[in-house]
Amino acid sequence: MCLGIPGQIVEISDAARKLAIVEVMGVRRQVNVACILKDEPIEALIGAWSLIHVGFAMSRINEEEAALTLDILRQLGEAQEEIEAMRASERMLAS
Amino acid sequence: MKYADEFRDPVAARGVLAAIARVTDEIGATKDKPVHIMEICGGHTHAIFRYGLDKLTPPGLEFIHGPGCPVCVLPMSRIDECVEIAERSGVIMTTFGDAMRVPGRRKSLIQAKADGADIRMVYSPLDALELARRNPDREVVFFGLGFETTTPSTALTILQAAADDQTNFSIFCNHITVPPPIKALLDDPHMVLDGFVGPGHVSMVIGIHPYDFIARDYGKPIVVAGFEPLDLLQSVLMVLEQIRDGRAEVENQYSRVVPDDGNPVSIAACTEVYEPRPSFEWRGLGEIDASGLRIRPKYAAFDAEVKFGIGYGLGPRAVADPDGCRCGDVMTGRIKPHACPQFGKGCTPEMPLGALMVSSEGACAAYYQYGGLRLEEAV
Ligand code: SF4
Repeated sequence: MCLGIPGQIVEISDAARKLAIVEVMGVRRQVNVACILKDEPIEALIGAWSLIHVGFAMSRINEEEAALTLDILRQLGEAQEEIEAMRASERMLAS
Repeated sequence: MKYADEFRDPVAARGVLAAIARVTDEIGATKDKPVHIMEICGGHTHAIFRYGLDKLTPPGLEFIHGPGCPVCVLPMSRIDECVEIAERSGVIMTTFGDAMRVPGRRKSLIQAKADGADIRMVYSPLDALELARRNPDREVVFFGLGFETTTPSTALTILQAAADDQTNFSIFCNHITVPPPIKALLDDPHMVLDGFVGPGHVSMVIGIHPYDFIARDYGKPIVVAGFEPLDLLQSVLMVLEQIRDGRAEVENQYSRVVPDDGNPVSIAACTEVYEPRPSFEWRGLGEIDASGLRIRPKYAAFDAEVKFGIGYGLGPRAVADPDGCRCGDVMTGRIKPHACPQFGKGCTPEMPLGALMVSSEGACAAYYQYGGLRLEEAV
């Protein structure tokens, strides 16, 4: 929950609500990108990497930093936990 | 150096470890008279144990594990209140999975769920809001908890709910802030802290200046650190160098993620939605002034405390921890987890008695999880 996880923004899903689809370790989910938007059209975020905390993109990072952080999170066991929490939440909403 | 080989850059790690040993020596710290550095963040505590950093560093350097695991410091009375709301008819309580096993006075959320309350784990407060949209005839409550890292997410979710006029959605707000407990620890006459390693992701939101008082008023160094083991070691070295040189400054080791001024959008959302409570209870630490946040009256429609008449200070407070539980002493660095009589006996990660055993970021859970590994290595 506290450490977050790096993800890459692949698509803008709701520009008005500042929502985008990120891909985290092969899993896609919708996140809020308000905190990383500067003076730019939201589409400019496509391709960017960010640290994702509980469904919110909180800080832009470069690809190298993303890979480094993912490695650490895997070793700490936190990456698997985050992905599982995302999947479980999705299943819960679908049920 | 079994663990050091796992580092991304073992050569660099060895260099930093050698420098840490040298500077600890220059300070004159020894096993009997160690220099005490507190890592505030539970994520750092977890990383220190995972990589065995406390064993790679010299005996003259002692890590004190700080109160930076939001689940661990949740007071029992708040769990009780959360259960009380969850048991109301028509309510769907949503929470991060971490909070499910935190013991309450009557029961934990997981026990309440087994007893029939509709409690669901969500990954994000956004999912709780979505659940409210899909269940217009139910009242969806999100158990908001965490430090500055998750506080903006709850604030932005409230702003979205307000924009959408989603009236069957509210937050049970338990957000807390990092600087006040540090001040409380520094004011504790028994506390012997020489410096701090600061939580990187908290500063990603609030920046590094909220810590200025630590250097200015208390003369202690603090270095905001990343999560890679090498980040942590470098930050420890920076703290030690400050101590050696008689400096007290706020330094930013994690500038590749942490801007000195934090994230303006997050700060604005939090200022709009929350105000500080006069005081808030921390499990094991007691009441701390201005350390908790509540929802401003402007957003009362989304405040579960208002909606359900269950407010902070309305019920009995300061519930004592269970017998034999030494969580408070562990959290203030007075004892190590295994010195608690319940450790590994009445208190395990599967059946936690104290909150420090609940999440992998709690000091007791970290000791428990990696303790076996260490014993193995010692023989
Ligand atoms: S072992 Fe359990 S009861 Fe003892 S201090 Fe740790 S969390 Fe508290």
